Amino acid sequence: MSSSSTSIMDNLFQRSLEDLIKGFRLQLLGESNFISRALEEIRREIKVTDLSTKSTALHKLSYLAALHGVDMSWAAFHAVEVVSSPRFQHKRIGYQAITQSFHEQTSVLLLITNQVRKDLNSANEYEVSLALECLSRIGTHDLARDLTPEVFTLLGSSKAFVKKKAIGVVLRVFEKYPDAVKVCFKRLVENLESSDPQILSAVVGVFCELATRDPGSCLPLAPELYKVLVDSRNNWVLIKVLKIFAKLASVEPRLGKKVAEPICEHMRRTVAKSLVFECIRTVVSSLSDHEAAVKLAVAKIREFLVEDDPNLKYLGLNALSIVAPKHLWAVLENKEAVVKALSDEDPNVKLEALHLLMAMVNEDNVLDISRILMNYALKSDPLFCNEIIFSVLSACSRNAYEIIVDFDWYVSLLGEMARIPHCQRGEEIEHQLIDIGMRVRDARPQLVRVSWALLIDPALLGNLFLHPILSAAAWVSGEYVEFCKNPYETVEALLQPRTGLLPPSIRAVYIHSAFKVLVFCLRSYFSAEESTLSFSAQEFSSASSSMNAFTYESILNLVNVIELGLVPLSGTHDVEVQERTKNVLGFIVMIKQDLSEKLNLQDSETEVFRVTAFMEDVFSEELGPVSATAQEKVCVPGGLELKENLGDLEEICGEFLKPVESDSVSYTDKISFSVSKLRIRGQQEASSSTSPPHEASSLLAEHRKRHGMYYLPSQKDDPESNGNDYPLANELANEISPDPFNPKKNPNKSKQRPVVVKLEEGDESRNPPQAKSNIETVNDDESLSRAIQSALLVKNKGKEKDTNPNSEQQKQEESSRIEDHQNSEKKKKKKKKKKNGESSSKHKSRGRNEVASASEQVIIPDYLL
Amino acid sequence: MIGCFGRRYDMLDNIHFVLLVSRQGKVRLTKWYSPYAQKERSKVIRELSGVILNRGPKLCNFVEWRGYKVVYKRYASLYFCMCIDQEDNELEVLEIIHHYVEILDRYFGSVCELDLIFNFHKAYYILDELLIAGELQESSKKTVARIISAQDQLVEVAKEEASSISNIIAQATK
Repeated sequence: MSSSSTSIMDNLFQRSLEDLIKGFRLQLLGESNFISRALEEIRREIKVTDLSTKSTALHKLSYLAALHGVDMSWAAFHAVEVVSSPRFQHKRIGYQAITQSFHEQTSVLLLITNQVRKDLNSANEYEVSLALECLSRIGTHDLARDLTPEVFTLLGSSKAFVKKKAIGVVLRVFEKYPDAVKVCFKRLVENLESSDPQILSAVVGVFCELATRDPGSCLPLAPELYKVLVDSRNNWVLIKVLKIFAKLASVEPRLGKKVAEPICEHMRRTVAKSLVFECIRTVVSSLSDHEAAVKLAVAKIREFLVEDDPNLKYLGLNALSIVAPKHLWAVLENKEAVVKALSDEDPNVKLEALHLLMAMVNEDNVLDISRILMNYALKSDPLFCNEIIFSVLSACSRNAYEIIVDFDWYVSLLGEMARIPHCQRGEEIEHQLIDIGMRVRDARPQLVRVSWALLIDPALLGNLFLHPILSAAAWVSGEYVEFCKNPYETVEALLQPRTGLLPPSIRAVYIHSAFKVLVFCLRSYFSAEESTLSFSAQEFSSASSSMNAFTYESILNLVNVIELGLVPLSGTHDVEVQERTKNVLGFIVMIKQDLSEKLNLQDSETEVFRVTAFMEDVFSEELGPVSATAQEKVCVPGGLELKENLGDLEEICGEFLKPVESDSVSYTDKISFSVSKLRIRGQQEASSSTSPPHEASSLLAEHRKRHGMYYLPSQKDDPESNGNDYPLANELANEISPDPFNPKKNPNKSKQRPVVVKLEEGDESRNPPQAKSNIETVNDDESLSRAIQSALLVKNKGKEKDTNPNSEQQKQEESSRIEDHQNSEKKKKKKKKKKNGESSSKHKSRGRNEVASASEQVIIPDYLL
Repeated sequence: MIGCFGRRYDMLDNIHFVLLVSRQGKVRLTKWYSPYAQKERSKVIRELSGVILNRGPKLCNFVEWRGYKVVYKRYASLYFCMCIDQEDNELEVLEIIHHYVEILDRYFGSVCELDLIFNFHKAYYILDELLIAGELQESSKKTVARIISAQDQLVEVAKEEASSISNIIAQATK
């Protein structure tokens, strides 16, 4: 008695959902407080045995879960209780809670099978519909298996309301339990001939999804679907049928010829934009070989593009980007609309236009398009601006700068990008600056000019996003210093006080570049001296003779500037910066004595001459691009234990690993130490390069003798890595260069395309991982598509018996059916064989190609072709 | 055209979820046809309402999002959003949204946000009649209206029975 009276009190005074919602709007507690109070209440109420109290509590809970993200998984069992109520209103609340909160791992899922079955068999069609909806959302393998008979019965229901929902559920059932196909498929196909548009729409929807997964399995249904395509005037149905044919035509090209005409017919006839768009999309994505259809589609796209409706504009651009790879003319025809869309107020439209524009880029128009885009980038918001920069960067660098002929222009463009205020693509630009430096020898002078301009601008140092670019610029000015017009200014720029804003790693690059510049200046000063004394200037003849000659004063000045700039840094905490600084300062100490003592430095025996020549030799080593797979090519030499502990390394290289006491060691020692390290890094490239200094080569030879096993075998060498043998360019470069298309348009074009070093492989090593995911999908689909194929087989058998060969048409159909049938039987046998012979792992590796090729064998009935 | 982001291959659904968000960012209805965990749901709602509410009035009704497309349309103070795959037909979904709004309008008699706030569950039931497993199942407004009112009647009758005094007394003395 007491329990039932409390339940009455609860029932009478329980807050309904409406009360809760009203309370929520008036509450002063704060949202989370209010929710936790309400939850407390719900937890109490939901435990009551009275079903209407319980269901109201559950209702409130699902409200909170849906709109306020409250967890309701704890109430799973209560939802099951509510569903079992005989009352429709309770059931509805219960089912709603279940669809909302249950998932595959919900443990009480097992308990609802019987209840759902009972409701599926109910005489009340609305209860059936609740159960079907629930199944469509939470159906698991077990549920699908256990309830297949009920679904099958409902597929034949006389009530359209129930039937269409049953059709909607079939999809989920098939997916979870492919064997259900055997049972239900025939009934499903029969509905393709239904006169009720709702039922037809539902069935076509199911086949649309099935075709998306595996087009091959739906191919035998082409005749029925074709009929729908021609006869139906229901746009919902037509859109789905078009989607199916788009998929089918991709595996059976002959089908395209047949459906192109009716699709064009719909395109001309209909006023519904959604249908027109679906026709366009079908044509451009799957029927792109049918010229007339494509032409009509492009004409329709143009109509979209000139509309004021931003939706149609966006979709028009979208369709253009699908058609672009095969029919570039379609994009070129609409070029103005595309460029205009770049200044659209809608970022999506702008983005789509940008992608299209990038699809148009080729070597003839890359200059124009880039110029347009750079102008837009300057005016755009940061997001779109960087999108533009990224697009230009990736389009231009594609396939080792395939479309770039004029590298001087491109390098300047990279420099311009750095000056766009919103530019945040520093890393990509950095990479390309260095990459071009290494690959394109002819671009280096311009590269150095551009870098110089970037380095001397103190404003750029304040922008965090540009630091990578500056790092590349510093590296370039050091590495290719021989092209530098004014090394003195470069050094000043590299050591300007604002470099303190750079992160240490980049600062180290700056310092090292200054070092390179210094060495280069000294060396060219000496060689100039030499040549005036009629010694032969060997390596610098071409580069340095044109350079401004260094005077003794200017060299001294340079040394002083560097020293002045670096002394404050020798005490920094960053090891890399400190190390680099100490290297340079040590070097300066070494040479300064000689410099200040003797005015005549032509004596090649002086310390300064020797050291400079030595360093110059280190730095003049050419760095080439290295293939990403280069490491793999080097085979492990016999006797080299890669997995062994390297404890004995100390024994071998003890002298290198000894901690250096900084004060006691003279600078000379330190320099030669770091130089020898550098030498080792240079490895055998040095041995093949021209006459390394005696000391270095002997050091190297000695080192090699002692630790030969750590060296790469010299005959294994890539041709690329051999110092002076500059690698061959891709042959394309020579073929392309004098532009045959419109040589007058651009004077720059008359330039020969410089040699671009291209490695055979490794450049494109980063393949998109899409292929893999495709394979996985196919695996998932396989059981389903196999089930459908065998179901079609059964269905065809049935039809054979039924057919009454009266009319010519039917006869034809029958023969084609038989053909079909034989084919699928063959296929089935094939599959079976495979199944028996194959291990499971092999099964997995089967890709879409194979599936596609298998389904190609399905023969489309002749009258369709 | 398939998005490079983790596409959910385990689903066959046309529409992945339906969201109704008010202009102030309050969620008015959520319906998930694809499996999303509760945490994920909140994240999705936050992310999307951030994107959609900030879009101006004259822009297109589609947003690319995580490799999907979200089609949205604003009616008065409410945004109706549906998430679909890249290759699905955006205009068709816009029509579905419009269809839904028209049915709501017919049901509530010029619907407003408050109707949906207080009759949150009814908006659900109507949606359930419109879509099943993320597919449009009923394109006739009349039919949906008829089915919904039939079910309402079923509930009303039951409610009257349950709340009559005699019923309560009968229950109490059981």
